Amino acid sequence: MVEDVVASLESVRKIYRMGDQVVNAIDGVDFAFRRGEYWSIMGPSGSGKSTMLNVLGCLDRPSEGIYRLGGEDTGKMDDNALSELRSRRLGFIFQSYNLIPQLDVLDNIMVPLLYQSDPPPDGEARARELARRVGLADRLDHRPRELSGGQMQRVAIARALVNDPDLILADEATGNLDSQTSQEILDLFDELHQEGKTLIFVTHEDTVASRAERVISMADGRVKEVRDNRSGQVETYS
Amino acid sequence: MRKDGILASVRLGVNSLLLHKLRSGLTTLGVLFGTSSVIAMLAIGEGASYQAQQQIKELGSQNVILRSVKPPESPNQGSQRTRVLSYGLTREDADRIRESFPAVEEVVAGRLAAQELRYQDRVIAAPRILATSPEWQTISGRRIYHGRFLSDSDMQGAKNVCVISVDVARELFLFEEPIGKRVKLGADYFEVVGTIFPRLRFESDAPSAGEDTTREVFIPLTTSNQWFGDINVKMRAGSFDMEEVQLHELMIGVRHPEEVVGVANAARAMLSKFHDQKDYEVIVPLELLAQAEETKRIFNIVLGSIAGISLLVGGIGIMNVMLATVTERTREIGIRRALGANRSHIVSQFLVETVVLSVGGGALGVALGLVIPKVVEHYSDMPTLVTLSAPLLAFGISAGVGVLFGIYPAWRASHMDPVDALRHE
Repeated sequence: MVEDVVASLESVRKIYRMGDQVVNAIDGVDFAFRRGEYWSIMGPSGSGKSTMLNVLGCLDRPSEGIYRLGGEDTGKMDDNALSELRSRRLGFIFQSYNLIPQLDVLDNIMVPLLYQSDPPPDGEARARELARRVGLADRLDHRPRELSGGQMQRVAIARALVNDPDLILADEATGNLDSQTSQEILDLFDELHQEGKTLIFVTHEDTVASRAERVISMADGRVKEVRDNRSGQVETYS
Repeated sequence: MRKDGILASVRLGVNSLLLHKLRSGLTTLGVLFGTSSVIAMLAIGEGASYQAQQQIKELGSQNVILRSVKPPESPNQGSQRTRVLSYGLTREDADRIRESFPAVEEVVAGRLAAQELRYQDRVIAAPRILATSPEWQTISGRRIYHGRFLSDSDMQGAKNVCVISVDVARELFLFEEPIGKRVKLGADYFEVVGTIFPRLRFESDAPSAGEDTTREVFIPLTTSNQWFGDINVKMRAGSFDMEEVQLHELMIGVRHPEEVVGVANAARAMLSKFHDQKDYEVIVPLELLAQAEETKRIFNIVLGSIAGISLLVGGIGIMNVMLATVTERTREIGIRRALGANRSHIVSQFLVETVVLSVGGGALGVALGLVIPKVVEHYSDMPTLVTLSAPLLAFGISAGVGVLFGIYPAWRASHMDPVDALRHE
């Protein structure tokens, strides 16, 4: 099986300057994520895992190094090109769902298509199909405030899938949910993984991280350890 | 995207604005009142100046009008119970102007007679009786309704004929045909030969007691001289007022418009030489027209400033609300950016909302602005005139203000850092 690279980081650093202090949020990371992989990124707060997700999601640019998404060097792109990249190749799932309150379920799912320069003609049908798939076919005209947390996160997952992304990024996606609902959402992720989607999941919970194929542990802006959940193999980096 | 792009974004904009109905409504009010007051003020201003200009044009822009004016009374005259006051323009004045000014085409003399007008049992106590010559009609530009105006043979024969205004005809004859009928003017009978349209009432005329500007009767000047002479008698409580006035009015028709001012000045100079008191006035419609236009120009500048300020205030209101909205929706901006919106998507989203606010306010303002002049007209006597350009201008400016004041909030929204915006609570 050819494992082609979806996203790759080459000597990526992200440096914040706060007054006189210099913070190395990411301190030289080389890494590659391949198609169909299911990763989890773990680490204590301040370890750089959120910054990592922002860089992977093209929301933030690295201060140094190269980040390639689908083979394209994002460092050479302007804001418009990065935005287009996000709307075509990426799907986001957030801890606090981040639905747009004044839009109904169907419109919320379709938001990423709104910003594509050449939206697919079957966008609405695709959105309806995804809503059905996440079990919300009968709630299409509901507003987010009329939904439960689990339902909102399902809408967010449908939204992350509507543009058929290369990479799905989730940030503590089960952080606001009870354990029952969390399991349901994680089951949905497993399904997506089985369908061949590439998933990267940031979490601080071991139980959640153990559902992924592989786990990256970060500390102080560096990758410290990579564990393969299937084989139990652990690689440690200095 | 569902439905058509622009329509969809307007729909979304309206939805977002409806989340804060009161706030959006109050913001719209600012633009609404700005727009409607602009239209209303323009309508009132246009109405006033249109009326003034019409009245001046009625006088004839190629004419110079001289009128006799009763001079201020001196105290020793006032003590007399019965007296003859002699003043005003004379026949010599008319001859002098006719002979010495080459630029003058025509001089038409007019004399007012004070008599009552009677037909059968119907009476008009104090009509405006103007004794004049046939040329008066051409030079004044007044139109005949039925019959004819005075003729040269009427003048030469000093015939007892008269032309009456349509108002007089309506009052005296009701549904009868007036032409050919005989009316009694003072002690004599006059045959009606024509009816004439009135001219608009001239407000600066300040009609003196009993004088009427729509109930007019025209008789030949020669006939008037023969029957009524130069002395008019007015009866007042306890006394007679007798006035000797040869001519009340001299209308001078000038050959070319550019000579009007010169003739007026020459006439002023000549009259001041031959009259030892100021018992006349010189009216130059062309000068009045220029004055009216200047007044209108100043009015428009003042109005423009007021309109500008009121719309500026409305615009600031919009900007304020939009800045608050942008701050409030920082997180939404972050979400949209994360999901692929670029800066211009965000700019257009917020601009659409601003334009919906201002155009909505503008449209309601135009509707209100069209109603206000009608109300003003109904409750006061002020004439108003809504030109097509007024609502278009007001609406255009309000929409423009919306865009102008929406740019900064929208720009601010689009330049937020997506990561920071997403973190915003």
